[in-house]
Amino acid sequence: MQVKDQKKWRLVGGLSLMAVAMFGFGYLLVPLYEKFCEITGIGGRTGDAVVEQTLTTEVDTSRKVTVHFDANVNSALPWRFEPTERMMQVHPGKLYETTYIAYNRSDQPVVAQAVPSVAPGQASLYFNKTECFCFTEQLLGPGESRDMPVRFVVDPNLPQRTDLVTLSYIIYKNDEATAVLAAAD
Amino acid sequence: MSQETTAHHDDHDHHPTGIARWLFTTNHKEIGTLYLVFSLIMFLIGGAMALVIRAELFAPGLQLVNPEFFNQMTTMHALVMIFGAVMPAFVGLANWMVPLMIGAPDMALPRMNNWSFWILPFAFTLLLATLFMPSGAPASGWTLYPPLSLQGGNSLAFVILAIHLMGISSIMGAINIIATILNMRAPGMTLLRMPLFIWTWLITAFLLIAVMPVLAGAVTMLLTDRFFGTSFFDAAGGGDPVLYHHIFWFFGHPEVYIMILPAFGIVSEIIPTFSRKRLFGYTSMVYATASIAFLSFIVWAHHMFTVGMPLGAMLFFMYATMLIAVPTGVKIFNWISTMWRGSMTFETPMLFALGFLVLFTIGGFSGLMLAIVPADFQYHDSYFVVAHFHYVLVTGSVFAIMAGVYYWLPKWTGYMYDEKLGKIHFWWSTIWVNVLFFPQHYLGLAGMPRRIPDYAVQFTEFNMISSIGGFMFGFGQLLFVYIIWKCARGGEKATAQVWEGARGLEWTVPSPAPLHTFDTPPVVDDSVAVHKDNLS
Repeated sequence: MQVKDQKKWRLVGGLSLMAVAMFGFGYLLVPLYEKFCEITGIGGRTGDAVVEQTLTTEVDTSRKVTVHFDANVNSALPWRFEPTERMMQVHPGKLYETTYIAYNRSDQPVVAQAVPSVAPGQASLYFNKTECFCFTEQLLGPGESRDMPVRFVVDPNLPQRTDLVTLSYIIYKNDEATAVLAAAD
Repeated sequence: MSQETTAHHDDHDHHPTGIARWLFTTNHKEIGTLYLVFSLIMFLIGGAMALVIRAELFAPGLQLVNPEFFNQMTTMHALVMIFGAVMPAFVGLANWMVPLMIGAPDMALPRMNNWSFWILPFAFTLLLATLFMPSGAPASGWTLYPPLSLQGGNSLAFVILAIHLMGISSIMGAINIIATILNMRAPGMTLLRMPLFIWTWLITAFLLIAVMPVLAGAVTMLLTDRFFGTSFFDAAGGGDPVLYHHIFWFFGHPEVYIMILPAFGIVSEIIPTFSRKRLFGYTSMVYATASIAFLSFIVWAHHMFTVGMPLGAMLFFMYATMLIAVPTGVKIFNWISTMWRGSMTFETPMLFALGFLVLFTIGGFSGLMLAIVPADFQYHDSYFVVAHFHYVLVTGSVFAIMAGVYYWLPKWTGYMYDEKLGKIHFWWSTIWVNVLFFPQHYLGLAGMPRRIPDYAVQFTEFNMISSIGGFMFGFGQLLFVYIIWKCARGGEKATAQVWEGARGLEWTVPSPAPLHTFDTPPVVDDSVAVHKDNLS
């Protein structure tokens, strides 16, 4: 009887532990998903920031790829935000620069953060940015406007069937940083 | 004899009476009854919500309710039916039947059993109370996809807490069932002599422990996103709403099997009884159940093909999903082979089991259609999906639960139910449930989206037919309530064996089953074992 009772409680303990572990596993899926998207480029994530000096690839002048630029502003952010050029013809392997213009319509300083994505998904890992305003938070004073540069290079390994790539940004208000700023005033 | 001592230790020799008896009971039969009555009430509440939906959809345009309330009804109907009706009904059947079928005096943890039931009324009070709150009940669909679910009112907090409570209840129930099955079987009841209902519940209980905590995690993330400034799913803060789809469906797909595996178990008990043969391919049934449970963990993304996935991932999830048809097919063919050359009779439990067999298979086939990636892009979020999951849930799980209730009701009450009324209930339900759900296949293929209170005029006729079927099916269930009520009050006395072809330990105790059974464990050998593989 003792032995049987002990066995029962060990089983119950093990099963409870399993439930707790699975609760943790739910949270573990968050970083796992991040990592998975980073590796596969799904979810429109773009390639990592690359340093210009390390770009040694040959420019493929025989090939032309169209890059579309797109911008969206989250409704909570009182900014105007647009690309200066809608479209660009680029050679894979060559470094290009374009700008986005942001304008703060409100009478408050606001901090915002842009999140890039690339479509189609297959192209996302071949779109490398050497400089981007999306790497850092952006602060604009009341009524201030700014040209924000993006320097990018399309990897020559971009699959042949892809001849159109869209770079899209959504810019969001960073509530926390804006609040910190307001408190500091 | 360990069981003997434990049983007496847990006895309530000073029976409390009235409400206290039900509040404090630790007896598996009384708790089983509580679960079953609770789920019947929830079935009627959830059914009333479905009738609001069908009444609004009777004609195009907006007639009865405003769209916001319509959305609350679709959301609440699903939550109430899944967590309030189907799951507690299976747990209730497990409470009643698991100890009786394995020759145990009670569940392994009787006090925890009491808690896992009594959490539920609180959970559903929280959930249903949101209907009366200023911000209304959740209206984002039962999946609670962000960002939509995060844009509603503060009642979301109540819903999430209710889901937490339901999850805790389910996990405790599952732990209890596993501990009972693994520790308290009568001598000689080896694992491969267990009735299939026990096997399916054992596997279901492991699924519950594996995925209910994941759901708890997902809704906790929603809670902190909505109220505590995290941004797991908020793109503005670097999160990703698609992540929620993955976490939710990692829970959601095994959940689907949590709601069907015990149904497979019930049907596997009933068909042999009324065919007067042993179950065909017992061992293959056990392995098929385990395979389905395993596969359920690697198919979740077929619910979300349209979010945009790499082709390789879509192909993987498509093929893995289709693979489930193999063990399921094994089961279907085993049931058919069980009936082959059996001396079949068609009492109500058998009728419901056969109805299950035919109609669940239809639902299985529409599931295969949905698994095909290119086709799914058209079917996704259409009424075809609604038709599919109602075939597997209503004519699948609910029909199996009803079959089980009719099958074991004489054992519970000691009286035979009214066979004539039972047969009327079966035919009424079967005809109208098809009038209700079959036209929805056509609506979906023609492009009618789900969860929308209005529709284009070309969908009118099929919606009218479906609504008529819905009201007929819905009100017909009052007959079911009446039959149970009548059977509890009296009728023809049931024998211990109840059914001529019934085998198994639950039929060796008198009807009604006394409060305490198997204080002395029975000895089980091949002659009383319910299932012996006729292939071996």
